Amino acid sequence: MADAVEVHGLTKTYGTLTAVGGIDFTVPEGKVFAFLGPNGAGKTTTVEILEGLRRRTGGDVRVLGLDPWEDGRELHAKVGVIPQEFRFFEKIHPVEAIEYYAALFGTRVDAHALLRRVELEDKARARFETLSGGQKQKLGLALSLANDPTICFLDEPTTGLDPQARRAIWQVIRDLRSEGRTVFLTTHYLEEAQILADQVAIIDHGRIIARGTPDEIIAQHGRPPRLRVQASPGMAPYLREALGVTATVAHNYVEIPLPTKHEALRILGALEASGVPWEGFATVTDTLEDVFVQLVGHMDDGVLKSEVAR
Amino acid sequence: MRPRRISADLKVFGRNYLRNGVGLFFSLIFPVILIGLFGLIFSSGGTTTVTLYTQNYDHASNVSVELLAALNATGAVHVQLVDPSQNLSSWLGENGHPVGLVIPSGLAAAYLAHRPFAVTLYTNPTDQASSGIAAAAVNGVLTQFNLNASHGSVILFATPANVGSPLFTEIDYLVPGLIGFSILTSPMFAMVDISSTYRKEGLFRQLSLTPLTKGEWLTSKILWYILLTVISAGLMIGVGVLYFGAHLTLSVDMLPFLVLGPFFFVSLGMLAGSVARTPESAAVIGNIITFPMMFLSGTFFPVSMFPPGLQAFARILPLYYVIDGLNQVMLFHNLTAAAIDLAIILAASVVVFILAIVAFKWRES
Repeated sequence: MADAVEVHGLTKTYGTLTAVGGIDFTVPEGKVFAFLGPNGAGKTTTVEILEGLRRRTGGDVRVLGLDPWEDGRELHAKVGVIPQEFRFFEKIHPVEAIEYYAALFGTRVDAHALLRRVELEDKARARFETLSGGQKQKLGLALSLANDPTICFLDEPTTGLDPQARRAIWQVIRDLRSEGRTVFLTTHYLEEAQILADQVAIIDHGRIIARGTPDEIIAQHGRPPRLRVQASPGMAPYLREALGVTATVAHNYVEIPLPTKHEALRILGALEASGVPWEGFATVTDTLEDVFVQLVGHMDDGVLKSEVAR
Repeated sequence: MRPRRISADLKVFGRNYLRNGVGLFFSLIFPVILIGLFGLIFSSGGTTTVTLYTQNYDHASNVSVELLAALNATGAVHVQLVDPSQNLSSWLGENGHPVGLVIPSGLAAAYLAHRPFAVTLYTNPTDQASSGIAAAAVNGVLTQFNLNASHGSVILFATPANVGSPLFTEIDYLVPGLIGFSILTSPMFAMVDISSTYRKEGLFRQLSLTPLTKGEWLTSKILWYILLTVISAGLMIGVGVLYFGAHLTLSVDMLPFLVLGPFFFVSLGMLAGSVARTPESAAVIGNIITFPMMFLSGTFFPVSMFPPGLQAFARILPLYYVIDGLNQVMLFHNLTAAAIDLAIILAASVVVFILAIVAFKWRES
């Protein structure tokens, strides 16, 4: 399958500041690609270079085979973009905004159907200034689809949205994928990337520090699966002695590495034999968020939250 | 340039504009309020006695002397004799006097013989008040003389005539001046503001992701302000003529100025906003350009009233050529002078339009 986006040795400097320090990645056609990184890592700069909004300092970038800066006009006919914090003319209604975009692109669009798709139909005739943050983002998403794009760049489309609005946007992203469109997503919400993305790249200090499917990244950078047992701390030394495992105490439970599932039987047997009271157990694996925190070491604005139950 | 995209952008911009009452107020209502204010100020200077500039070619007769004495006695007019060698009509026009009277020789002979005889009363339609007072006084005195001589049959009568070149009052200058004022202010202030807020809110970047070009976008703004200007000029002319009796000639020759004026100032506003780095400096640059022009281009007072130095300064202000052109068309009927003004604005507009397109950036590098 061809690649919708190809990035080779991309650099961007502002004076002496290096925002992007030579990165490489590709986005396969028809997949959802999540581009993650803490604030100031070079995420938005990269996205804007791909969108043709910013000029690169060095390296090569191709989106649908085109140079985004030089061939911007040709590219924009095939690209849908929601910029971060989407803004529009204050007094214009969503329906009018979609009709405007359709006229600019010369496409035929059923404005109401598009608004239904992003669950904004009830605000079809409300002025933009009266829309909530989530509703504005939904309109941005609708407008990015007005030209029937081959690839969509969604720059933090769900930031600040309530869980319901976020799920509505997730569904649109899934639909876009099933229609064969490529989705380039940046987000602060790592569980969102884990749920939606086929491919993930993590950027930090202008460099890509991890790349692959979410599972590959977790397998590569995460800790092995663990058996988590709700027990008093005294259980840990007992298990270390009885089984020769590296049991660790965390909060109210004890964690024991689980290299194979069969190991669990042996551990559970030892628990029963210990005579130390214990309650329940679960197997736990690292999430993308765990890996991210481990790799990046920080999330500078406290957005890191698991708001979604799995 | 695709008309489809221009009209789509025009529609959205126009809607957004109309739903925001502030812009509409300053474009349409505010100039009319100014016309009203200045019109009231200028029309409140009431006159008591009208000076009637008179040439008496029958000065040897007692009848003409008695007639002039009777006119003075009305208290409404004051007779002021003018050298008979002058052409009274053009003399009145040149000196800005609204009314005059010519008594041809042979008045006494005709009066005594009860033969019909005409005097000529010059009035100026642009100064209804003085003209009306003079006409009433002259006709009243003539009727009295007729009654005395022949119990009412008409001997002496006044033939009305207009003063050679029309006399313009403040309100006549005010209407083209304030049309120019609105051509300057509403696009300039709006475009300076738009150039900085669109940049700040990322709207230019967003539009850069669509097929709309900078030229199309700016063209749609120009078309919008042309539309507003035509409507606003119509309102001002309506109020000026109907309410304040302004003496204006309406012709299609005004239209090029109502089109090129907004063309120039929308482009200039965009240029001023684009060269500025911050919204604050954009506003400062906008004001530095706008304020001198607002007062010194013949908006509120004719430039011909200025001292020579200021007149020379006015001639480097682009708005001067818009207002002068409108004056030439609406007041003086001097289409040659208007065409020169038009050529200057056209050349300036094309240059500023191109500079504005080059200066303003959809996206940053």
